[in-house]
Amino acid sequence: MIKRRVVVTGLGTINPLANSVVDTWDNLLNGVSGIDYITAFDTSNLPVNFAGEVKNFDSNDYLGKQHARKMDRSSHLSIYATEQALVDAGLSLENRLGPNVGIVFGTGIGGISATEEAVRTYDSRGPTRINPLAITQLMPNSSIGQVAIRFGIEGPSLTVTTACAASANAIGEAKNLIERGVVDTVIAGGTESGTTPMTIGAFAQIRALSTQNDKPKLACKPFDKERDGFVMAEGSTVLVLEEEQHALNRNAKIYGYISGYGSTTDAYHITAPAEGGVGAIRAMEKALEDAEINLQQVDYINAHGTSTPANDLNETKAIKSLFGEHSKKLTLSSTKSMTGHLLGGAGAFEAMVSILSIRDNKIAPTINLNNFDEQCDLNYTPNNSVELETKIVMSNSFGFGGHNAVLVITES
Amino acid sequence: MEVNDVFEKVKNLFVDELGIEESKVSMEAKLEEDLEIDSLGIVEVVMAFEDEFGIEIDDDELADVKTVGEAVNLLHSKI
Repeated sequence: MIKRRVVVTGLGTINPLANSVVDTWDNLLNGVSGIDYITAFDTSNLPVNFAGEVKNFDSNDYLGKQHARKMDRSSHLSIYATEQALVDAGLSLENRLGPNVGIVFGTGIGGISATEEAVRTYDSRGPTRINPLAITQLMPNSSIGQVAIRFGIEGPSLTVTTACAASANAIGEAKNLIERGVVDTVIAGGTESGTTPMTIGAFAQIRALSTQNDKPKLACKPFDKERDGFVMAEGSTVLVLEEEQHALNRNAKIYGYISGYGSTTDAYHITAPAEGGVGAIRAMEKALEDAEINLQQVDYINAHGTSTPANDLNETKAIKSLFGEHSKKLTLSSTKSMTGHLLGGAGAFEAMVSILSIRDNKIAPTINLNNFDEQCDLNYTPNNSVELETKIVMSNSFGFGGHNAVLVITES
Repeated sequence: MEVNDVFEKVKNLFVDELGIEESKVSMEAKLEEDLEIDSLGIVEVVMAFEDEFGIEIDDDELADVKTVGEAVNLLHSKI
């Protein structure tokens, strides 16, 4: 039996850099930072005052107030990104997508702002004043429910919550659904809008965030010796995945293939990566094995590269340990240097970046990389994009909880 | 408070709080079919009425309320 292969036929995104794929890619190649001072709430009592916020997006204008107010912002962003991806894939927005289309999204913390608001109301006014929409806004699967309603997606649906690996896992699980023949099309992606006063405070309590409050655009510096933590960000990115023949039959544009997926767990510590990145190594191995690709064939790695001291060191160690001599020839970069950390939305965003790298043979840089760290000594494409013939890309995503999700994305 | 005053307050709540188009809100408008207020929305509406008019509304009292006019009359009787 011929293996059912999975192609990417549509892309959509809304993120701190831009509200379209074209503008996002332009900004990435030009090394633009989407990070800035937080405008959504007062930060005067918080240890961190900057993040990657989506800009120039009014959900009331987009969805109409009566519909928009029923949803959390992570759902607004999901619907916006999905609509773009469907249009890009040449799928109809008028007809319901139906039972041969599934949806799999990743999110880290779902509608956390709705949770916070409901708790505040409970504390101040009691249980009978809680917003009756609270549950349907805060549940992590709210986004896939709302997207499914909007576009009539009637196949299998699944929300993956593996923290910062979530939407890489989502794409991998979507790939599995298509390969197994459950459906021919899956809307796969991720969404996050979890930057709130509470989450900023809580992440800061575990010293995970950069605190360079005087220079937000320079704060996220993956693999730089001075890196001091990640930068929270929000956004949604959606890929239309299809079985190859299904896409060919309808003459769809094919960006590339989701060829490999590896998913492992450290089972070591709830936040710290396992020593030497052994869980990450196993995930990379599994993804390459799934794609039937040799180490030496990998052109580019879109690194997890969060800008935390621990991640960037362990990820580097893991890549060097697995790739050996080839690690010196590899081109890497962390686009989180420009977007900030999209958390549950990161894996999908970076899968999109991987696809665009293959399409254009261009690699987006790691910006703010100026101080050499002798322990991080690979080619991270510092500060300027490069041209590189790119046929095979690995995209790494690792999450609190010890989750490792790796995708191998290929031109053919 | 006159019935018409209650209607004006209800209309303002629907428009300002729930984002419903003003032109749709009439005494005859059906809550579910015309204004797209679903079962979750009804709970919101009740909370908004209770806060606005300083009254309490039981779920039973709402069972027969299908239109804006019926809601207005219920509120008018309780104020």
